[in-house]
Amino acid sequence: MDQAGEKGAANRRAYLRIEGVTKRFDDTLAVDEVSLEIGEREIFALLGSSGCGKTTLLRMLAGLETPDAGRIVLDGENLAEVPAHRRPTNMMFQSYALFPHMTVEANVAFGLWQERPRLTRAEVEARVAEMLDLVQMQRYARRKPHELSGGQQQRVALARSLAKEPKLLLLDEPLAALDKKIRQRTQLELVNLIERVGVTCILVTHDQEEAMTMAGRIGVMNEGRLLQVGTPGEIYETPDCRFTAEFIGEANLFHGRVADGALAGADFPAAIVLPPEAGLAEGDEAWVSVRPERVSLSRAGAASAGVSEPADCNAATGEVADIAYLGSHSVYHVRLANGRIVIASVPSVHWGDAPPPTWGDVLRVAWFAPDGVVLTR
Amino acid sequence: MMSARVRPGATVWLLAVYAFLYVPILCLIAFSFTAGEITTQFDGFSLRWYGELLRDDELVDAVLLSLRVGAFAATAAVVVGSAAAFVLARFGRYPGSAAFAGMTTAPMVMPEVVIGLSLVLLFTHPLFTFLGGRGVAAIWAAHTTLCTAYVTVLVQSRLREMDRSLEEAALDLGCPPFKVFFVITVPVIAPALVAGWLLAFTLSMDDFVLAAMLSDPGSTTLPVLVFARLHHGLKPEINALATVIVALVSLAVVVANRAMLSAQRKRAAALRHAAGISPTGVPNVTLGSPDIRR
Amino acid sequence: MRRQHFFLARGRFWVGMLPWAWMLLFFALPFALILKVSLSTPELAIPPYLPPFVMEPGDVLPHLRPDFASYRRLHDELLALGTPGADLQYLAAWGNSLLLAALTTLLCLLIGYPFAYHIARSREAARNTLLMLVMLPFWTSFLLRVYAWMVLLDSSELGLINRVLLAAGLVDAPLQLLYNQGAVLVGMVYSYLPFMVLPLYANLVKLDPQLLEAAADLGARPWTTFLRVTLPLSRRGIVAGSMLVFIPAVGEFVIPDLLGGGDVLMIGRKIWEDFGPNQDWPMAAAVAVTMVLVLIAPIVLLHRHGRADGRTDGRSGEAG
Ligand SMILES: Nc1ncnc2c1ncn2[C@@H]1O[C@H](COP(=O)(O)OP(=O)(O)O)[C@@H](O)[C@H]1O
Ligand SMILES: [Mg+2]
Repeated sequence: MDQAGEKGAANRRAYLRIEGVTKRFDDTLAVDEVSLEIGEREIFALLGSSGCGKTTLLRMLAGLETPDAGRIVLDGENLAEVPAHRRPTNMMFQSYALFPHMTVEANVAFGLWQERPRLTRAEVEARVAEMLDLVQMQRYARRKPHELSGGQQQRVALARSLAKEPKLLLLDEPLAALDKKIRQRTQLELVNLIERVGVTCILVTHDQEEAMTMAGRIGVMNEGRLLQVGTPGEIYETPDCRFTAEFIGEANLFHGRVADGALAGADFPAAIVLPPEAGLAEGDEAWVSVRPERVSLSRAGAASAGVSEPADCNAATGEVADIAYLGSHSVYHVRLANGRIVIASVPSVHWGDAPPPTWGDVLRVAWFAPDGVVLTR
Repeated sequence: MMSARVRPGATVWLLAVYAFLYVPILCLIAFSFTAGEITTQFDGFSLRWYGELLRDDELVDAVLLSLRVGAFAATAAVVVGSAAAFVLARFGRYPGSAAFAGMTTAPMVMPEVVIGLSLVLLFTHPLFTFLGGRGVAAIWAAHTTLCTAYVTVLVQSRLREMDRSLEEAALDLGCPPFKVFFVITVPVIAPALVAGWLLAFTLSMDDFVLAAMLSDPGSTTLPVLVFARLHHGLKPEINALATVIVALVSLAVVVANRAMLSAQRKRAAALRHAAGISPTGVPNVTLGSPDIRR
Repeated sequence: MRRQHFFLARGRFWVGMLPWAWMLLFFALPFALILKVSLSTPELAIPPYLPPFVMEPGDVLPHLRPDFASYRRLHDELLALGTPGADLQYLAAWGNSLLLAALTTLLCLLIGYPFAYHIARSREAARNTLLMLVMLPFWTSFLLRVYAWMVLLDSSELGLINRVLLAAGLVDAPLQLLYNQGAVLVGMVYSYLPFMVLPLYANLVKLDPQLLEAAADLGARPWTTFLRVTLPLSRRGIVAGSMLVFIPAVGEFVIPDLLGGGDVLMIGRKIWEDFGPNQDWPMAAAVAVTMVLVLIAPIVLLHRHGRADGRTDGRSGEAG
């Protein structure tokens, strides 16, 4: 993920600063004291399951919703008192919200027309042509939105929200309305386009793949709170809470309390050796998260052949409960003696020429202590 | 698919009901061309009664009055009804909002005799003489009230269907709120406004009870006149009138239907075209899908 | 909760003001007047009633003098129910109205349900036209459609149906077809059928054919499928259609007047007579009040269950 790291490093000077923004709807706390800083030209993704408040946060940035508390500062300007139609932000709506009674051209020109008389007709037309060119929709300039396919509508919506050169581009589930296949292709197209234009961009998605592909940094949201912010690599490799660990990819979580420097609990037959510098005191409650690809599998018989375990290895044996063969790798669900399922993902080549284990086989699961991540919340 | 299968029972039932609906009307039409005086006896083909129709000044006056009242009532109903629809669809809850919702739609479900009586009491009340008493203005106000209910329902459902993010997108693109209403909201709900106007117009043209209760000697609308004549005996002239009305309405409905269908076809063709040459070749996703955000 | 600034507060006020003022003046106030007049005393005057209160010189507040005579009349008829020879004209009119309205609703449902069902199940291209054909008579003059039945049912040897029957030798003398309950019923079913068909159609057309296929796949016979799947799912359409027919049918005045002759008493007609020839406005108002009271239940039913689709949209209002 070095591409992501590079993007994340890009200009960290806070261009957009969100400070303690809160929004309550009747009895739902949609956004709960979110604070966030975003650099210029950064592509930032808000990731979270449906209903966690991503859209509400985005709408507050656009001025379509008024925060109950908190401040939003964009490029040194406090946006609190600026109504939606005067904000230097533009949003691409989840439904695209293309004006059905206007042509593609008129849709793209709409925002520019509001700038008259600062812009002349010729300037507007030139800019519209440029935008349609950018998204390769010149041929459809005279079409009405309902005469376009979903992908085409998406591109028109993008052109429309870029036409005014906003300081901040807001994308609400930009690709959710598209089919899976063209969605994946469009992800990279969209990133390239945004980078070419050089606009600061916040995109909202519930699809972790989409967030990881498109964004330099990701903010994970749950129930209105921003839980963790980081590059895709950081978020995946070093989640700092159980929600992130389980939401991004898959994770084996083991609960316990620290006793004698190891984690003792009912989830794992043995006390779990903690990674170095876990920073826990005796008696602390904690969880250890282990990614499935960090769990190694071997036949139980081979392990008991007398090779001594390294000191920082956590191991147990269990029975294969389920196997999902996914081509390049397979996912094994191994049931330990205590009934807990441990998920392990192993490359299909792992077993060599020997036949792979099957249902009911007894396997040894193990991981090295440094591969586990200690979580305290 | 099972729905496309032709079932003889279904066809027979459909035909029977359509016959029930249309035979009386077709009889009226047929006997409008009689040369004789009797509405149920064909004494040779003639356009005699159509000529009588045009020479009948009383009737022509009544038609003109009905058209006038209809047009003004429909226009007023669209204005009041759209405003009411906005209040219902957009203002949320406020003290009295439920009462307002009930009031705007109640005229639709109240018996006309009751509405008529209540309005007569208003227009004849000594405190409300400034409203001008019974007469054309009273009929206009009564029709506007009745039609407002229908327009409100039509426009309100269109407003609720309308994707709110269209207005938000316009705001987001820098359009001031007041202008958003005229450049986005009104064009988007325009079909409902047109449909509402037409419905209001036909309701007003057709209303007898309110017009009869609120009319004074100088304000005889077409239904009031027709009703009076029906009590004085049947004449083929009424058949001729019915034929003209049926012909006009059918023409209007067929033309409107054609226009709608051809627009649909054009749109479908454009979509196929778009899908065919779109680089992705993926079937289209409709924009009007239910508001996903909320 | 804070509102968005879609309309400036003042703009919203004026937008709301217009329909509020209109409805208060032309709907709520007139209804209050009905209540007031129903408690007034008939009087040869313009308007023909004395108000139910008097202001004497020096009074700050008027003296209430409600006259319950009109309601007492209705009440006395109720008490006299079953007494031979009692004058029960209002009660009889009420009974007959409810009976005719109920019969009309039932017949419309029996005719209209299969009709709407078959339209909804016909080819998609044909549906539009079929539905338009239902609407078409509805858009033409109501009075003239009733008139058509006067022509068809005419009881002299010139009546269209009588002519056919006589010519076919089925009867010797013309039948008394017009000016009876049957004629009114036919006229009402004819006039109100579209009100039944449209909500039913709107409901049935949304019924997913796959549900029927699923039922068939699970072994249900067509009738079972209909009774256990289609019918329960179209309940809303049935309620809406039935109420849309029943409510105006109860108050109907024109059809009994034109097709019913002098014998068919209906409550809408009583209002009309008391209002017109009898010049007893308090009585007309009292009957109107009872009519509103009786119709409240069906109207509430229509609102509760009758929405053709039960879309609940609690939130969309609040953001504006
Ligand atoms: N206009 C509104 N009125 C009331 N509740 C709302 C409104 N908009 C959103 N919510 C609630 O706020 C929460 C967050 O919604 P949203 O921001 O749309 O989530 P997301 O975009 O992450 O799916 C949800 O519980 C939603 O029901
Ligand atoms: Mg959302």
